Amino acid sequence: MLMDDLPVLPIVLPLIAAPICLLLPNTRAAGLWATLVAWVSLYLCTQLLGVIVATGTVEYGLGGWASPLGIVYRVDLAGAMVMTLVAAMASVTFPYAIESARDEIVPSQTSAFFAMFLIVFSGLMGVVATGDAFNVFVFLEISSLSTYTLVALGAKRDRRALTAAFTYLVLGTLGATFFVIGLGLLYQVTGTLNMIDIHERLQGVDNKVVRAGYAFIITGLALKLAMFPLHRWLPAAYTYAPSAVTAFLASTSTKVAIYAMLRFLFTVFGFSFGFAEVALDFFLVLGLVGMFAASLIAIFRKDVKMILAYSSVAQIGYMLLGISFGTPDGVAAALVHVVNHAAMKACLFLAVGAVFFSLGSHRLSAYKGLAKTMPITCGAFLIGGLSLVGVPLTAGFVSKWVLIQAAFDSVLAVPTLMIVFMIVASSLLAVAYVGRIAWAMLLEDPPAGVTAKPLPALMIAPMLLMAGVNLYLGISADGLVDLARAAADTLLDTGLGFGGAR
Amino acid sequence: MLEFILARYNYWIVIVLMMTGLYIVFSRGNLVKTLIGLNLFQTSVFIFYITVGKVLGGTAPILIEDKKDKDHHGDAEKSAHGAGDGHGGAHHGDDHATSASEAPTGMINETTGAHIASPTDVLAVAETLAAQTVDGEYRPITTSEEVAGHLEMPALDAQAILEAGDHGSGAAGHSASVAGADVAEILYSNPLPHVLILTAIVVGVATTSVGLSIAVRIREAYGTVEQDALEAMDNADDTAELAS
Repeated sequence: MLMDDLPVLPIVLPLIAAPICLLLPNTRAAGLWATLVAWVSLYLCTQLLGVIVATGTVEYGLGGWASPLGIVYRVDLAGAMVMTLVAAMASVTFPYAIESARDEIVPSQTSAFFAMFLIVFSGLMGVVATGDAFNVFVFLEISSLSTYTLVALGAKRDRRALTAAFTYLVLGTLGATFFVIGLGLLYQVTGTLNMIDIHERLQGVDNKVVRAGYAFIITGLALKLAMFPLHRWLPAAYTYAPSAVTAFLASTSTKVAIYAMLRFLFTVFGFSFGFAEVALDFFLVLGLVGMFAASLIAIFRKDVKMILAYSSVAQIGYMLLGISFGTPDGVAAALVHVVNHAAMKACLFLAVGAVFFSLGSHRLSAYKGLAKTMPITCGAFLIGGLSLVGVPLTAGFVSKWVLIQAAFDSVLAVPTLMIVFMIVASSLLAVAYVGRIAWAMLLEDPPAGVTAKPLPALMIAPMLLMAGVNLYLGISADGLVDLARAAADTLLDTGLGFGGAR
Repeated sequence: MLEFILARYNYWIVIVLMMTGLYIVFSRGNLVKTLIGLNLFQTSVFIFYITVGKVLGGTAPILIEDKKDKDHHGDAEKSAHGAGDGHGGAHHGDDHATSASEAPTGMINETTGAHIASPTDVLAVAETLAAQTVDGEYRPITTSEEVAGHLEMPALDAQAILEAGDHGSGAAGHSASVAGADVAEILYSNPLPHVLILTAIVVGVATTSVGLSIAVRIREAYGTVEQDALEAMDNADDTAELAS
């Protein structure tokens, strides 16, 4: 009986748990409660993933109202993957947050902090699960609003968190409102909000209203996922948010927006909509430019968190590049990178948080001689960094390998060889910014008289776990790649009318 | 051409509001003004959705019961309230504008009659009203003026209703006669966009309140809400950190 409600449980559970969390005392209890909820959600998500792998896309009518009338949750394989990813990241970062929040959050706000965390979690899961276009907006805003507050909570350590949160709020709301305008236009044309319904009624319809709706929706989502020229909110928000928040957001929120984008590109509009190619061409160009521009900026930053934040923008470029190929291989590569990038950024930001906990800074200068003062953290950071660069035997290598393969197999406006060359070249830029940090950690001497505060086990374990995941995904990549390939096939089949690439 | 523009006046309102909002968001340095611009921008979208949901000549999507029943009920209510509740006049009139355009004059007479009939009642009403508006704080009532005001008000309202009834016989009268004749013919506006916009309004309110509270915190931390000053201070923080 419980299993019948599997698609909705991982969303409802944290949503109900959040107000309970708010009532808990401002001690570790709140964090432990949130962790428990995240673990249960993760268990449910893996069950859901298992069901979907076995039987295909699952539909769930909320309140027993069937598909066209009621709000429907519709989880396909790619959705289940992303949901599991989000739940896994929550399970890893919540216990980490218990300790790091004691350091970075005003004590009286601890339970509120975790309540917000649970709401973000629930919202992100909802964006992925829902099959109702307007519901996507509601969940996006549920997650975004709580994200703004989470970022602002970093104000205890650095007041710039407040201005960062404000910028994020303004741009995020603009993005969401653009999205709603697009939905309104689509509704005007189709008279429905169910994604599948919209898709069916859009068949063969191509007029200015649909095109405008398309443009609004894609632009709105692109703002949410920090596509290159629309990324202005991201670096500051990631830099000044509390460490655990950054680790969670960097590994989930943009990924979920990517998934929402995939849903709209392929499930709602699909390839029969001729205008879709314009967006794909945009993604191709902006993805490539973003890879370079953001990496270049990252090289010259002096704050490790800022470097990693810009690197996130660059990595989103890779995902958009994969999507822009418009082939199942390309989308599969994007999905693989979604998972792998989540793993590496979580590892890196957890390590950054650990350094911040021990030394009280995420400036590059604080990383001098880290190999001697904090060898474990340094090791985890290096694994994450190598993965980011794409060194063999790490997750990042698999991503790039799959992406380059997909590039060779697709026919594009830009010569394929050129794209492959640019992927490799931008990896070299990653070498530069990761190398700068590695240089400081390994080869420079620690400043005299600095003693590192010992790390609690609750912070070390998640960090090492994520480092391990990076290695595991690098060595045994077949499972993930096959899964992503199958997921991309299901995603594209709805839109593609069975198999024909563009 | 002109007709094309005028016929879509609601869309023009949406566009003008939207652009005004966006312009404020991008051009104003004051955080609170930015938020208000954002709010305006969102509001334009609400109006857009409502425009989408409007069906010409459609009424609010509420099931209309048997007309006879409803009218009796309404009359009884009115006679009970009419005397006691002076400023309810407008309200009742509204109710009736839809249902009573068959016999507008009779209805209006009735309403105005109810209000003017007993000046003492109105006096009492004026007193309670005054007490209400001041929220318990005692204020001597300047009787003659205020009562006169209240005496006039219902009459004016009634006038307005009379006019509305005459004018609106296209829209309101239509729905009213439909309500009486045949339930199957009732034309409803599309309720879904309204529901959506209710949700979006909640989201908008939440966004504004979160934004304003962050602005308050910024004010506490920086002592200003002007973006230029904030940026300068952030940059100063940056360079100070680099130097250390």
